[in-house]
Amino acid sequence: MIVALTQLLVLQLVGEVIARGLKLPIPGPVIGMLLLFLLLALRRGPSPELQATSQGLLQHLSLLFVPAGTGIILHLHRVADEWLPLLLSLLLSTLLTLAVTALVMRLCTRRAATGE
Amino acid sequence: MNVVAPQINDLWVYLSTTPLLGLTVTLLAYQAAWWVHRRSGSSPLANPVMIAVAALVALLAISGTSYQTYFDGAQFVHFLLGPATVALAVPLYTQFRRVRTMMLPVIAGLLVGSFTAAVSAVLVARLFGASLVTQLSLAPKSVTTPIAMGVAERIGGIPSLTAVLVISTGILGAVLGRYLFDALRIDDAAIRGFATGVTAHGIGTARAFQESEQAGAFAALAMGMNGLVTALLLPMFLPLLQ
Repeated sequence: MIVALTQLLVLQLVGEVIARGLKLPIPGPVIGMLLLFLLLALRRGPSPELQATSQGLLQHLSLLFVPAGTGIILHLHRVADEWLPLLLSLLLSTLLTLAVTALVMRLCTRRAATGE
Repeated sequence: MNVVAPQINDLWVYLSTTPLLGLTVTLLAYQAAWWVHRRSGSSPLANPVMIAVAALVALLAISGTSYQTYFDGAQFVHFLLGPATVALAVPLYTQFRRVRTMMLPVIAGLLVGSFTAAVSAVLVARLFGASLVTQLSLAPKSVTTPIAMGVAERIGGIPSLTAVLVISTGILGAVLGRYLFDALRIDDAAIRGFATGVTAHGIGTARAFQESEQAGAFAALAMGMNGLVTALLLPMFLPLLQ
């Protein structure tokens, strides 16, 4: 677990250095994810240890959003003032994005299937 | 009583200055939320992030603790978002065979979804009278927290407000996705996962992993790609909306 965790942190660090060094608008961890993906492709898969550690981290991915989510307490004022546009914007935009993305993908999948 | 009260007071003064309390309380709230989620039969309506955040907000308000003090402890959990994001490469790699056969739908879904997420959020908020700062803070709401905060800063929104809106979007997407997909009769796990990831980033991805590993991997892919696309394109096309 320690080896795998170190690997993840090293890749995040390298990602961070690349992002800041090249002034990319992409955060370090996302670059780290791309780098790990390339490494896995070269090595033809993760070690059992890396597999287990990432599964452990990802199993409770939702936990990691709790501290930032609790930050809503800093914005209660704005939320109280603008609750209606905020609520409608989040709700409608979320539904629309889910539906549009899924329908476009289904359309393209069918196209691809009938085209072959 | 007179002896005990100052002692409790001392104890509180001590605990409220160490990170221990914020960290422990976060884990306890999450476990309680997870227990409720399980008891509900893993219903998307009983989203664990939503329950845990509500419990913590109530706790901070009642005890009069500042968010800054709480975050001194909770930052250790928050920090793990970085390595967890890197770790998403693993399920992505495992599922890549399927991803490769779906390149066209993946790219089309990504571009259309990313555009819809930002534009519809800004336009609906404007239509119902939100301030410009709020509109700008909403624009990157569908991408993962660290990217969204960076984008918000760049386009003139409030990064910490964006973080909250991002998480609210994640919860909504995780809660509503299943019902919407069932209603639209979309049963391909890859499409369900990808659309959830484009819309609801990491929280949607967490939910998608509960449906299946394939849905989770596609959600992780969508989250990463949407992060890239939004970070690159949103600052460029946002002036068109203003």
